[in-house]
Amino acid sequence: MEKVISTNKLTKKFGNFIAVDSIEFEVEKGEIFGFLGANGAGKTTAMRMLCGLSRPTSGSGMVAGFDIASQQEDIKKNIGYMSQKFALYDDLKVWENLRLFGGIYGMKKKEIEDKTAQILQELGFEKERNTLAKLLPLGWKQKLAFSVSIFHEPKIVFLDEPTGGVDPVTRRRFWELIYRAVQRGITVFVTTHYMDEAEYCNRVSIMVDGKIEVLDTPKNLKAAFNAANMDDVFQQLARKATRINN
Amino acid sequence: MKAIQVNNICLNYGKLAILKEISFEVERGEIFGLIGADGAGKTSLFRILTTLLLADSGSAMVEGFDVVCDYKQIRKHVGYMPERFSLYQDLTVEENLNFFASVFNTSVKENYYLIEDIYRQIEPFKNRRAGQLSGGMKQKLALSCALIHKPSVLFLDEPTTGVDPVSRKEFWGMLKKLKQQGIAILVSTPYMDEVSMCDRIAFIQRGKILTVNMPQKIIADFPHKIYSVESNNSYEILKQLRRNSAVRSVFSFGDTLHVIFNSKSEIQNEKNNIQFKEISPTVEDCFMILMEESN
Repeated sequence: MEKVISTNKLTKKFGNFIAVDSIEFEVEKGEIFGFLGANGAGKTTAMRMLCGLSRPTSGSGMVAGFDIASQQEDIKKNIGYMSQKFALYDDLKVWENLRLFGGIYGMKKKEIEDKTAQILQELGFEKERNTLAKLLPLGWKQKLAFSVSIFHEPKIVFLDEPTGGVDPVTRRRFWELIYRAVQRGITVFVTTHYMDEAEYCNRVSIMVDGKIEVLDTPKNLKAAFNAANMDDVFQQLARKATRINN
Repeated sequence: MKAIQVNNICLNYGKLAILKEISFEVERGEIFGLIGADGAGKTSLFRILTTLLLADSGSAMVEGFDVVCDYKQIRKHVGYMPERFSLYQDLTVEENLNFFASVFNTSVKENYYLIEDIYRQIEPFKNRRAGQLSGGMKQKLALSCALIHKPSVLFLDEPTTGVDPVSRKEFWGMLKKLKQQGIAILVSTPYMDEVSMCDRIAFIQRGKILTVNMPQKIIADFPHKIYSVESNNSYEILKQLRRNSAVRSVFSFGDTLHVIFNSKSEIQNEKNNIQFKEISPTVEDCFMILMEESN
């Protein structure tokens, strides 16, 4: 099985503070991998290293076939990224956002045009082609932002709490888009505070105090912790945290 | 006298209706949840009830005071934790708390007992600037600041958004204690799993209240039979069921699918190896069906 992510004792220190403590894990092609942890457990720092935005203090890792310490620019070209905080330019129209990101990733003009038409049709957004991104309802923005993040057909897409603030139907429709992307072979790495979404992942890891405390399928984790759901598993593990960051 | 009384509140921005005839009441010592997505109108309603925004029509009373005529009285009696971080980033934890106490002509010492449980957890960082705190700590400081003048009504606008499940649970534990002191709490949240922590809730969607009731009553009133399907290949089965005209709705719920049929008899036709198990609905199922019916 092709590995899209693999890390070896990946560590990040800020002064004496060990934000990410020697984590080791692998993500396979086409997998939905849930990356969970309490606020301050080290998720964001780890994710920044995987995306080529921050250099590890020690240890190593490969993402999409490139080394996270020495080939950061190659990584950026081969991954997609979406976060709740930033994903689209508000003052650009829907099609302009797609063109901008397509351009940044070096796609050809024709390719951008074709893909734009295809995505707008798939999302049922044809009428919103010329709408400013800021005028879209939040649920639509999230769908568009996800489509933008995989516009250049990356090997893997990183989703940082992609579904905050929307109603339960919209949230589920969003996950159906994720499944569709996975069927095309895109690997999904996702963080979330919704524990029911953790169950949609093939495997999840839970970080506590900078370390990956557990990593398995939701089913196995629930069995191991004798828990009814993933929230139970999470509560049992995250309560062990000794780092003061809540 | 009710702690909060809202009668037919309407609010428009231009042609857009933000709030449509909103009415409900909150009792003393009650935790009342306002449940809805971003853009449903929750924040506008909070701003009207905390006298920061005028409604176009309708009326509202907080602790017996009118939100328009008696706004000065209301401001003395309520605590408000807005959605966006409301603290002074360049003041330390302790300075923020002292500041809010002094604005209300009181001292931290006088009402310390009320915030003690919460504040004790952030006290080790009292000399840290508020801007340097983590999300969970900011949330605790903001709640302390909203409580320091001993309000009788507390308005909390999405206090747990973006906060991890452990901190969220802790936060709700704190609210329960405050409720026992007789404080009325109006709290909004997008997390359905927090609904069970409320005494009563209102589902709000696009400016309209869909229902107001106790969570367990909302579940008991669910008008349909609901079935769960377990499978290792949920997405394929979901697509298959979506194509079936006998299926009214199907959505993922954790590791299962929840299915509602158009009519009971049709279930027999939908067997091909899919096992349907009748279950009791969750609050989220109820919200989803109410949303659909209001569309």
